[in-house]
Amino acid sequence: MVIILKAIMISGRTLGQGATCEAKMSPEFFKATSTCALAESDYDALGIPKDGNVLVRTRSGEVVVSAKREGGIPPGLIFMPMGPWANAVVGPKTGGCGTPLYKGVEVEVTGTDRRVKGVRELFADLETEGQR
Amino acid sequence: MIIEGGIVYDPRNGILGEEMEISIEDGRVVEESRDGDKIDARGMLVMPGGLDAHAHIAGAKVNTGRIMRPEDGRRGTEARTKLLRPQTGYTVPNCYAIGYRYARLGYTTAFEAATPILEARHTHEELEEIPIVDKGALTLFGNNWEVLECVRDGDLGKLAAFVAWGLRASRGYGVKVVNPGGGEAWGFGGNVKGIDDPVPNFDVTPRQIIRGLMRANEALGLPHSVHLHTNNLGKPGNYETTLETLRAVEDIAASRDRQVLHVTHMQFSAYGGTGWRDFESKAPEIADYFNRHQQFTMDMGQLIFGSATTMTADAPLEYGNARLLKAKWSNHDIELEESSGVVPLVYGRKMPINAIQWAIGLELALLTEDPWQMIMTTDHPNGGPFVNYPEVVALLMSRPKREEELKTLHELASKRSSLPSIEREMGWNDIAIVTRAGPAKILGLEEKGHLGMGADGDVSIYDIDPEKIDPSKDHEKVKAALSRAKYTIKGGEVVVRNGELVAVPQGKTYWVEASVPEDEAAKVRADLVDKFAKYYSIQISNYMVQDAYVTSPRIVRAGVI
Amino acid sequence: MIAEDVLCPFCGCLCDDIKVEVEEGKIVGVKRACRLGSSKILGHERTTAPMIRVDGELLETTYEEAYDQAAQILKEAKRPLLYGWCSTVCETAKLGILLAEEVGGVVDSTATVCHGPSIIGIEEKGMAGATLGQIKNRADLIVFWGANPAEAHPRHTVRYSSNARGMFTPDGRGGRKVIVVDVRETRTAKNADKFILIKPGTDYEVLSALRMIVQGKGEIVPETVAGVAKSDLEEAAAMMLAAKFGVVLIGLGLTHSRGRYKNVDNALSLVADLNGFTKFVVMAMRGHYNVAGFGQVCAWSTGFPMAVDLSRGAPYFNPGETAACDLLAKREADAMMVVAADPASNFPRATVGGMVEIPVIQIDPFPNPTTLLADVVIPTAVCGIEAEGTAYRMDGLSLRMKKVVDSPYPTDEEAVREILDRVRRLSDDN
Repeated sequence: MVIILKAIMISGRTLGQGATCEAKMSPEFFKATSTCALAESDYDALGIPKDGNVLVRTRSGEVVVSAKREGGIPPGLIFMPMGPWANAVVGPKTGGCGTPLYKGVEVEVTGTDRRVKGVRELFADLETEGQR
Repeated sequence: MIIEGGIVYDPRNGILGEEMEISIEDGRVVEESRDGDKIDARGMLVMPGGLDAHAHIAGAKVNTGRIMRPEDGRRGTEARTKLLRPQTGYTVPNCYAIGYRYARLGYTTAFEAATPILEARHTHEELEEIPIVDKGALTLFGNNWEVLECVRDGDLGKLAAFVAWGLRASRGYGVKVVNPGGGEAWGFGGNVKGIDDPVPNFDVTPRQIIRGLMRANEALGLPHSVHLHTNNLGKPGNYETTLETLRAVEDIAASRDRQVLHVTHMQFSAYGGTGWRDFESKAPEIADYFNRHQQFTMDMGQLIFGSATTMTADAPLEYGNARLLKAKWSNHDIELEESSGVVPLVYGRKMPINAIQWAIGLELALLTEDPWQMIMTTDHPNGGPFVNYPEVVALLMSRPKREEELKTLHELASKRSSLPSIEREMGWNDIAIVTRAGPAKILGLEEKGHLGMGADGDVSIYDIDPEKIDPSKDHEKVKAALSRAKYTIKGGEVVVRNGELVAVPQGKTYWVEASVPEDEAAKVRADLVDKFAKYYSIQISNYMVQDAYVTSPRIVRAGVI
Repeated sequence: MIAEDVLCPFCGCLCDDIKVEVEEGKIVGVKRACRLGSSKILGHERTTAPMIRVDGELLETTYEEAYDQAAQILKEAKRPLLYGWCSTVCETAKLGILLAEEVGGVVDSTATVCHGPSIIGIEEKGMAGATLGQIKNRADLIVFWGANPAEAHPRHTVRYSSNARGMFTPDGRGGRKVIVVDVRETRTAKNADKFILIKPGTDYEVLSALRMIVQGKGEIVPETVAGVAKSDLEEAAAMMLAAKFGVVLIGLGLTHSRGRYKNVDNALSLVADLNGFTKFVVMAMRGHYNVAGFGQVCAWSTGFPMAVDLSRGAPYFNPGETAACDLLAKREADAMMVVAADPASNFPRATVGGMVEIPVIQIDPFPNPTTLLADVVIPTAVCGIEAEGTAYRMDGLSLRMKKVVDSPYPTDEEAVREILDRVRRLSDDN
């Protein structure tokens, strides 16, 4: 049985993401950004193996990222560094003020065997997806 | 270029409405011009280009006004043309609109009234974007820690050296003092209540700050005097503070042929009453004092009904405005130097206070006998936007217009001011003084405000015949003609023709380089190195405005050596 | 050689005390900068030549060709979007706005995906602010709300806020109290005297409750507000009222979550309220080093700070209609020029879809996902390292950035000017 975690996703700056954000085609940026931090209890509940991946899904899209435990995160919340992986699940609406909701996104999280796509793959897919 | 046939008012040179030719070559007034260009000004009024000595047109607080007021930006928008950039705003126009609108009024010079040294780079970035007019900025000194400490220690030499350094660092033109001591007290939410109320943590009083800066200003022989925004400005009963301030500096002499102190936007400092309920005009008392003390000058700060954006380094005043009016409020404290605030508001004809304020500005201008002591301003955009200057001129020239206006105002404007009884109507010579010759003399700009040999070739020509029109009766024609200059000539170039812009040159920026003895300069440097190491949030090497921000400088020299 | 007092071209702190070591025209060391700043100053992989996309592939070309192509794209577009401007100097922004006027485009900055809602909040309320040095010298209470400077502005606390020392704050961190409000226990929260954990999207409610307590109307506040105990809010309010100089530093936690500009409005209102009792100021923790500068230039040039539509000749401002994300999400933009930003990474994926079908011009020193979608790529010098110019710190203070080393690339300013000149020539030809 697949365990689904309903959670709230917030995205934002991290030191690792910031230090590599002018080098976005680098493996360091990939490592720092294609990830998702979960509360210990959520991580365990999803049965994710060490260095495992999760699939994060919303009505706007889905993305596979690596999972990591983080003590400061309360259960039911996941944190993703800002960037193309997090933005795969952020919706386009701006509520009339020009700014998307990058934080407080309702998501479903499951463990997955699928691998994390690299930055070039991610955008190659976007080209083939064409106009949504 | 030869301007032919116009009726010329050039009070500085004693020309009071004579038909005469003005010749301009290489940007200056000359005896004879050879280029053959002719401007037919027959039946028209010719004056030197207008000069605004006090307006808030550039810098952090002006842009704060724009950013917090998109509703103002949406007023007065005009699309770009082949020649012009787009225009937006009424009380806080974009930079291009500022230059274009001054030029259309026949104004060719405008001075930004208050810039902190730390944020002067921003001020100059905006001044550079304002087209056509020549400009300059007055630098704020009245709450600067180095000033307070020099005054406290009684070290006048060091104070003068710091003023010179501050003018250079800010590329500033003169010494502006706003609510001295109050801006520092506002750092912890306080204010000073009068000129003898000590500034917290600094052991000095506003009286000492004003006197110290005036003496430093005169020791340096700066072209302009100290330019003062009084303590308690905007408060009922403040005329007593204003008079007390003036009496406190009567013994100080000017080092040049000009006033020793300019008190700005006097309308806001001429209030009687113990509160808003018994608020009344004390303009007659102020004017009477000025009539007996020729060493002081003032500008009106005339109020214009409608929308305004108040902006000042007097931050506690703005907080008070915001509380009183429940208005949007921006505040900006500047480390070690100043504080400031911005509050939008609307002046209403039927609002008793506003109606009385409107009357006070006019009383001051009309009751001060010598027009050389008075500059026409609206303290743009505090009293209202400068585009309303023709309205103010019409009011000064026409008693019938004032009476018509008074009928539309709250009755207290007539009861709590002396305006209804004032018969005086200014003539064109008076107007040429309060909008041109006077401000140039007060700022110490020798090549401005007149049309004598060597003066800047800045001329405004209005389609109104001073020999045929009676401004008292035909005040609407006066206002219409002054709103759209027939010609505005800037530095010998026609920039406005038939009320429309035809050229957009870049003006100059005035600033004052004052020399001081090296030992005093060294003492200042040592102090500043310490202050930057401990208190400023930037490095001293990144502080001064770089040359890149003043691309067309006009440096005026002064100093003690 | 060591270049002194260099400005850091990374975050809105705009630190100006960086020492950069240069040997034979190359940067070999950086001192005083944080990890974010040193990483950028030391340098990354560069785009080494201009490129044009031919049959789906980016091929190297000359600058002349790239400028010609860019001008052609902008000239032919009906609704061009000129976006970015946060990691370049104001001199570039000035030309960019002029270019947008020339082509009748929309000009917008990264603010609209960052602190744009803060600006809208300021339009509603005004902002009681101060320079960072004022906070350093006076603040005895620092509130970080939805802000995590430990990761986003690493030197903020030491240079300007909680851990800085100044005239009236000689004891540094010891003499100050720090409150952190966030949805997770961030690194910043670990430095706090009081940490208030709130549920995502409840900032508005919590701010409202605090305002009630501050105004003496605490009796109508329920025992818990969005999961926060009333006693915690009472304690925070008491700390605020006891401060001699308090500051609220707001982060994207407010602007990016439910309520957006209304959250900011409420935070600005709380600060205005607090001034009835003591001294309080508020500041937005701006992200990129010159995102504030674009807003300043745009305001003095057009009257508005972002999202300005110049298609009708007169500026028109209506975020939600004229912001970059809206134009792309609604597939309204038919060409895009990106200067010193990476919208492909930073916009929602569905929004980025709007860039796929349209010609995209990129002006940037570095390759990034926007490059993958670009049709014309123009590499430039890094501002603040290889080019000088003006930037505005998060508190609105303008400073001059330095050129530390030479670059083989044109500056952003030069690149935009080249395109502007070509657009004008194309207009003259017609």
